Amino acid sequence: MIEFLQQLGKNTHTGFTKLGRGTFFLLQVISGILSVLPRPRLLLNQMYSVGVLSFLIISISGLFVGMVLGLQGYYILSDFGAEETLGVMVAASLVRELGPVVSALLFAGRAGSALTAEIGLMKATEQLSGMEMMAVDPIKRIISPRFLAGCLSMPLLAALFSAIGIIGGQLVGSGLLGVDEGAYWAQMQANLDFQDDIVNGVIKSIVFGFVTSWIALFEGYDAVPTSEGVSRATTRTVVNSAFSILGLDFILTTLMFGDN
Amino acid sequence: MDNRVSLPNSLVSVQNLSFSRGDKKIFDDISLEFERGKVTAIMGPSGTGKTTLLKLIGGQLFPKQGSIIVDGNNVHSLRRTELYNLRKRMGMLFQSGALLTDMNVFDNVAFPLREHTHLPESMIRTLVLMKLQAVGLRGARNLMPNELSGGMARRIALARAIALDPMMIMYDEPFTGQDPISKGALVHLIKSLNTILGLTSIVVSHDVHETAAIADYIYVISEGKIVGQGTPKEIAQSESDWVQQFMTGAADGPAHFHYPAKDYVDDLLSTGRRY
Ligand SMILES: Nc1ncnc2c1ncn2[C@@H]1O[C@H](COP(=O)(O)OP(=O)(O)OP(=O)(O)O)[C@@H](O)[C@H]1O
Ligand SMILES: [Mg+2]
Repeated sequence: MIEFLQQLGKNTHTGFTKLGRGTFFLLQVISGILSVLPRPRLLLNQMYSVGVLSFLIISISGLFVGMVLGLQGYYILSDFGAEETLGVMVAASLVRELGPVVSALLFAGRAGSALTAEIGLMKATEQLSGMEMMAVDPIKRIISPRFLAGCLSMPLLAALFSAIGIIGGQLVGSGLLGVDEGAYWAQMQANLDFQDDIVNGVIKSIVFGFVTSWIALFEGYDAVPTSEGVSRATTRTVVNSAFSILGLDFILTTLMFGDN
Repeated sequence: MDNRVSLPNSLVSVQNLSFSRGDKKIFDDISLEFERGKVTAIMGPSGTGKTTLLKLIGGQLFPKQGSIIVDGNNVHSLRRTELYNLRKRMGMLFQSGALLTDMNVFDNVAFPLREHTHLPESMIRTLVLMKLQAVGLRGARNLMPNELSGGMARRIALARAIALDPMMIMYDEPFTGQDPISKGALVHLIKSLNTILGLTSIVVSHDVHETAAIADYIYVISEGKIVGQGTPKEIAQSESDWVQQFMTGAADGPAHFHYPAKDYVDDLLSTGRRY
């Protein structure tokens, strides 16, 4: 029992010191963003490898999620004779929840793990240390552009996911199951709210992008500089990002949609 | 916090330095002087902390006690921007090379120039080719770091370290992994950088002959202490057991080939636990 408590105390302690280091790291990264702004090339390169390379997986997943939503939604709504409102259902689910959440989970798996591995390996091979000795701050030069690219890419990827999902829902709904195409779009336009649905969805994806990029970069920067250390850090990135995304989604949803 | 330089002619001065890693004492109150324009070598068995000493001088690690003065600045009391400005004038050649793996050889050598100067690209090209020529690898400019051998990587890293024309260079094991020809060329290069450009050089090496050929002064470090120092001639004639053992490469002597451990027989016979 005592041993258990000791272990618990020790784990809590390491957890908190890590959180402290992570916060300090985040502050440095954010203040480093200022020096990225005059060098847009650094940012564009990272937008490419963080954002553009995630396009395919996000688009394909969006299409399938939208198609499944179309099917399931149709079966439920048609029981009530409300299949006309399929468009609303598909679009609201995507824009409010599935778009931000699923694309963030995919982003953590595709781009986050890659970032952790890249930074961790740079640390293990003394590239970061070497840069410091050349009087180049690795946080400003390497980390901040990647962080900014992650934060900017996430909302765009989430929007892409939702847009393709809505098309997927329409393909199944009106192409396969015979929902009126005009009704699909018209109902969607009439019933989706800009503030409630779109803005809130975008806020979610900004938060998820911020948190996922932070976790991925910090895990890489904090990794034990060996192959095993980097592989563990990569796993932690995916697991911790997933927990954070799902937990934050619950909190944000409560705050945004709780009192109406 | 005193910024006094003990010898007027030393560029780097390590004063009463102590440093530990966990419980292990790496340095125990050592003092070294590195004279301006001279080649000073640090020798010692593997794992004594030679790399650690270079990282302390570069301000990447903090000493437990003592101070390190580089060109009149106390490295560990400098503010961040001042430290970075000082580092622009200190070149360091890492043991592993530490090349940036996402750019080719040319861009690696150009990296410090592009980060710290606003030179036009044509000028950068000229400078980079000159540095690459100096290490004999101008023809390798388009290769990626993963296409280089260990020895080549280290020479590229040397070209990068001299890109900004620093006032001093710290070489961590420059000769390891070099064939006899490039070893000879490197010895020559280090010496001529030193005499022609007046660079102060700190060379960490195990290679007794190469080091003796270029060093003006040698420190032999073992187990946290300086066990011998002097010109190569003095070192070669030293009476000290430590120094003799190191220079002749004998396995027996005061310096141990083995990392501290419990008795070998006891260790083999204790089967109770796995480690
Ligand atoms: N990051 C670290 N954490 C803990 N201990 C370390 C670390 N790096 C080095 N050490 C320890 O510090 C000691 C000195 O290491 P250092 O790399 O400075 O040796 P060295 O003299 O350069 O050896 P070599 O000639 O093999 O390069 C070693 O005993 C090593 O175990
Ligand atoms: Mg070493």
